[in-house]
Amino acid sequence: MKINLRVFRFHPEHDQRPHYDEFPLDVEPTERVLDLLEHIRGFIDGSLAFRRSCAHGVCGSDAMRINGRNYLACKILVRDLNTSTITVEPMLGLRVIKDLIVDMEPFFENFRSVLPYLVNDEALPADGKERLQSPEERERFDDTTKCILCAACTTSCPSFWANGKYVGPAAIVNAHRFIYDSRDRAGAERLKILNQHFGVWSCRTVFNCTEACPRDIKITQAIAEVKNTIQTGKI
Amino acid sequence: MVTHTFDVVVIGGGGAGLMAALNASQTAKTAVVSKLYPMRSHTGAAQGGIGAALGNLEEDHPEWHTYDSVKGSDWLGDQDAIEFMCEEAVQSVYDLEHWGLPFSRTTEGRIAQRPFGGHTNNVTGKPVRRSCYAADRTGHMILQTLYQQCIKHDTTFFNEFEVIDLLLKDGAVAGVVAVEMATGEMHIFRSKAIIFATGGHGRIWEITSNAYAYTGDGAAVCLRRGIPLEDMEFFQFHPTGINKLGILITEAVRGEGGILLNSKGERFMERYAPHVKDLASRDVISRAIYLEIREGRGINGQRYMNLDVTPETVNKYAALDGRTRPDGSPYRVTADEILSKIPDITDFCRTYLGVDPATQPIPVQPTAHYAMGGIPTNKLGQVVVDDQGTLFPGLYAAGECACVSIHGANRLGTNSLVDLIVFGKHAGLDAARYAKEVDLVELPAQAEDFTNQQLDALRNGDGSEKVGQLTQELRVEMFDHVGIFRTEEGMRQAIGKVQELRERFKHVKVSDTGKIQNTEIINAWELSNLLDLALVTAVSALARTESRGAHAREDYPKRDDVSWLKHTLAWWQDGNIRLGYKPVVITKYPPKERVY
Repeated sequence: MKINLRVFRFHPEHDQRPHYDEFPLDVEPTERVLDLLEHIRGFIDGSLAFRRSCAHGVCGSDAMRINGRNYLACKILVRDLNTSTITVEPMLGLRVIKDLIVDMEPFFENFRSVLPYLVNDEALPADGKERLQSPEERERFDDTTKCILCAACTTSCPSFWANGKYVGPAAIVNAHRFIYDSRDRAGAERLKILNQHFGVWSCRTVFNCTEACPRDIKITQAIAEVKNTIQTGKI
Repeated sequence: MVTHTFDVVVIGGGGAGLMAALNASQTAKTAVVSKLYPMRSHTGAAQGGIGAALGNLEEDHPEWHTYDSVKGSDWLGDQDAIEFMCEEAVQSVYDLEHWGLPFSRTTEGRIAQRPFGGHTNNVTGKPVRRSCYAADRTGHMILQTLYQQCIKHDTTFFNEFEVIDLLLKDGAVAGVVAVEMATGEMHIFRSKAIIFATGGHGRIWEITSNAYAYTGDGAAVCLRRGIPLEDMEFFQFHPTGINKLGILITEAVRGEGGILLNSKGERFMERYAPHVKDLASRDVISRAIYLEIREGRGINGQRYMNLDVTPETVNKYAALDGRTRPDGSPYRVTADEILSKIPDITDFCRTYLGVDPATQPIPVQPTAHYAMGGIPTNKLGQVVVDDQGTLFPGLYAAGECACVSIHGANRLGTNSLVDLIVFGKHAGLDAARYAKEVDLVELPAQAEDFTNQQLDALRNGDGSEKVGQLTQELRVEMFDHVGIFRTEEGMRQAIGKVQELRERFKHVKVSDTGKIQNTEIINAWELSNLLDLALVTAVSALARTESRGAHAREDYPKRDDVSWLKHTLAWWQDGNIRLGYKPVVITKYPPKERVY
């Protein structure tokens, strides 16, 4: 099928302001948007800059705005978009470095701020084997272990667009992953970090994050659970 | 140009690299230099599990894991290293759990384990539950857990830095040269020890499960500096990639009871591996699929098979096989149970195929998956540069880019994750030990020259060739002629073609003249790595006139232990390859016929 691919372009060394390039392409409906970008870079315009690696939705490199919504370019097919013009732009809320590449550092800084690692200084089991955890305890935080830190959620959030100091949904998801892990001991500390205006309380329950998540994590629910635990103390 | 100084520099931020960095940084000033952000590495794509004889669900022993790996390797793996790995695997899995890895759990709260191809009870010969898993995203969880630990321990990272050259001086490591993607600036990392953990090179082949980033950078950099590559003819084709796309469908789907069926609805693996059938070793199943297709039994006359994990099919064959649960009751599953064990696979099938695996079969074909060969090392990750065990002072490699060799001619499923945890750790520890004992080596004169020379060539071509075109031609040629089955004629043609492509590559011209995030020049340079490694692969394969593990020759269909029970070493010499060989370490398990 014939489509028109509109791509956001900004070359920091040549351009004063961004513009859009249009590429008329003949494509298969089952092609990924990433395949189209690869075709452009490999055969038409090598200077097009974007990140990608695994190409099947597990590495989180290629989150971008496609037809006005955040997707992984490798996880959305032409037929899913159902339009003859496909517009590809960088994620919002992070500084554009070049074309579709944004500065991820502020995003990772927020991630690092919530103690995103297991804290437990108690003695390990005497037999040296694993700590025990029931399947139910493991299930409690399963959903939030799926995060690949692609930033699709955080950069779809109006509160984050309004103020980049908001830790954002991805950071809260990763805090959630440890707060509800029966083996962790730093839940209270994380809740204190998140019990601030730019912690969970900047979340206005817009659900953009949940819609944007390529891993189908119920992000708004996870944030609500953290809010609830802050208020009730119940894990 | 910016110069940094460290005791240990780790190249690559995947499982092996992070493991090395966590261990080295305990006692040595360490940095990770990676072309990707760490969580973007391909370790995250590993699905089914990490093998370790914990025995949480049934009797198991590291010795059984060792024997299975030796047999899986078609006796080309070095048995001392395999034994070491399988013993260390047990503690390594507990370490990961202690660091927070969210393994799936048994009802007793222990780490859950599932069957996997080639892993057996050595007494009964039946599949054993050895693969420790976290749903079907075990690699993702390993990568996340290791990165979390790096944050906790404040590990130093240089993200999106592409290492172009290895600096050597008087036979010792002096450092590496890297380009910072964000600025285009050149950086020199002076270091007492360098650990390459740069992953594999599966992008050489047309149909592959591998990430775009899997271009063999570390192996190519070492090769150009005179380090040999070992056993490069052995590259694993995983039997179940999504048709045409190559995206991996984990062996765990078969571990949970999924069955491979041909166009006649036959469970054809019964004929090729009568004992373990659909859980035979990967090379065996890939060849079986290829032969079924050649006999005209591909689905709809095409080049794929059906992988059927619907409850009806799973239960039917589980009953025929007499499969039982740990408590002895018959193995029966529901659709919900299946989907809960393979959520990511279900997601891939729905996204890319529009197929629901609970009700429809998954179309699969073999996909280029894993490099058994690579930079030769011993079990401490030290690089070994000849057939005499000579070490290269300060140089280390770990993970898929290394060849210890524990995978020999064919890797068992789950052993890649074992490999990167065990040998990443020991490379890190030994590099730190080494760094304590030596002084920093002086940089060679004009340290950045070779890097500039390579990048300038990409800026100054005449532009008559495109990176996309050359890449595509390379991948098709290698898949057709240096793929699952090989012949002398096909491989000779492939070598000619790769040499032609290497000539044409000289005409590539990068259009982007900027420095900031110039992904075009990096991609072009990565293609040069693929071209060189493809040549090494094809030349090593042509010389080996036998069939062993993943190297299957139609003109030499038998394994030949008299002539070929030895590792290949390949040196780069001005665009040509010189081959040599070294013996396989055999301790307890003399070679015998490999039957599944």
